[in-house]
Amino acid sequence: MHQSTLAGLSEALRSKQISSTELTEHFISRCKKHNEQLNCFITINEEQALAAAKDADNIIGTDSASRLTGIPIAHKDIFCTNGIKTSCGSKMLDNFIAPYDATVVEKINQAGLISLGKTNMDEFAMGSSNETSYYGAVKNPWHLDHVPGGSSGGSASAVAAMLCPAATGTDTGGSIRQPASMCGITGLKPTYGRVSRYGMIAYASSLDQGGPMTRSAEDAALLMNVLAGFDERDSTSSDQLVEDYTERLNNPIEGIKIGLPKQYFDDGLDSEVASVIEDSIKQLEKLGAICKEIELPNTHLSIPAYYVVAPAECSSNLSRFDGVRFGYRCEDPKDLSDLYCRSRAEGFGNEVKRRIMIGTYVLSAGYYDAYYLKAQKIRHLIRDDFQTAFNEVDIIAGPTATGPAFKLNEKINDPVSMYLSDIYTVSVNLAGIPAISIPAGFVSSLPIGLQLIGNYFKESQLLNVAHQFQLATDWHQRTPEAFA
Amino acid sequence: MSLDKSEVEKIAWLARLETNDQENTVFSEELSSILDLVEQMDAADTSQVSAIAHPLDMVTRLRADAVTETDQRERFQQHAPLTEDGYYLVPKVIE
Repeated sequence: MHQSTLAGLSEALRSKQISSTELTEHFISRCKKHNEQLNCFITINEEQALAAAKDADNIIGTDSASRLTGIPIAHKDIFCTNGIKTSCGSKMLDNFIAPYDATVVEKINQAGLISLGKTNMDEFAMGSSNETSYYGAVKNPWHLDHVPGGSSGGSASAVAAMLCPAATGTDTGGSIRQPASMCGITGLKPTYGRVSRYGMIAYASSLDQGGPMTRSAEDAALLMNVLAGFDERDSTSSDQLVEDYTERLNNPIEGIKIGLPKQYFDDGLDSEVASVIEDSIKQLEKLGAICKEIELPNTHLSIPAYYVVAPAECSSNLSRFDGVRFGYRCEDPKDLSDLYCRSRAEGFGNEVKRRIMIGTYVLSAGYYDAYYLKAQKIRHLIRDDFQTAFNEVDIIAGPTATGPAFKLNEKINDPVSMYLSDIYTVSVNLAGIPAISIPAGFVSSLPIGLQLIGNYFKESQLLNVAHQFQLATDWHQRTPEAFA
Repeated sequence: MSLDKSEVEKIAWLARLETNDQENTVFSEELSSILDLVEQMDAADTSQVSAIAHPLDMVTRLRADAVTETDQRERFQQHAPLTEDGYYLVPKVIE
């Protein structure tokens, strides 16, 4: 039953083939069995999960139940969960028990899903390999000596190893899509403002966006129906009408225009990955899509601009961690400065420190115009690139990552080479548009993701194309043998 | 652009991060290589481009000036490292 999709589990629960308690027990036992190997969970909430499952069993079959009532899920440890440790992968918050639920968590609880626990992640979502976590690296279930990607690496690894049927993630520069690609699952980054950021610990507020990580596009649509919507507690939440994301899944995609950005298929792309992506494009053409080459001429500027905008926002967001109101405090501070400086030095890891310092530098007197203002102008160019492209095509397709999952320790000591691996994902965040990564094949027995990028609020179009692709292929149904 | 150790020290102080001499050496190399990457932006002509702080054309939403938060001091202070009589305690600032 752990190989089933949300859609399948929903059916099984409603027809009483299985109870939520049985389902929850099954997944909890898998989590406990495999977590030592994968390290994908920071916290497993057995007791609360079983209590919630019991409640779910009482309402399944009644009007109070939603379509997903009784189905287990895991949350990235960046989402505040009332009464449950919320660490954000950092020593700074190792002792933090959130006093409230994030809107995402609240909505998922209201829909009756069962929270199994909190997944491991790069510290404060800063990383592309899940190696910067205070709780240690997460392993890729397809190859235990490889990274799962990051920063939502724990969520991706847990879904891929079938320790939970779905998980939440967040994406600031690719943190849902890149681990989804590297672990062979489906991951959707919605339009900026579509999913509430309230209670989602902030990294770079103008880029951060939560979304679903699942085993299929249909499941992502089912979860988006729960997650999406206006929230007055998030100042940049969109009040655009939310559609039923499952409604268009079965529409034929004949005649849909797909743009292939020349810049996404250049020398930076692994040649074997390129051929996987080319095959999946042929598959989309077989389904009736009309593909043409397009230009996103400022793609090469997206990483430099991202590494100004994101650190600048992070240096400001992370100033709240001062050792006074919550979180880590150093021993025996001799004065207030010492309290701040040592609490932060001891509580943060090196990648977080690097980004705070870069952000502090680019915002400091005399450098603002050269760095921050320049980056915001480039952000404008990148947004315009996409808008020009969307005048010609409906969606854009290309690789999610430059290669398959890399080995543990391969890039961790070279921050810049780690940053460069996000070339195909960060521009989407700078522009604020939605994108999805879906399994498209394998290279050296490691999964490869196809990225589909849409215009603002076109999530249902992306999910439609992804679902049609998944009806014609079985890459998303492949599972790592060791976790069968 | 390269940052020397003394510049790193100054940035670390602005960011309220304690660093030692050895760390400053490592950070000076790492931050310099990140700034080299960032400076690829210089190649782009942006003289005719306006800056955007945000991806969507949004205006800041206003709300009615009404009380929305309830007093939860005790609940929130449970998570504080050190409190007394409802106050957060820090080392003495004025002797």
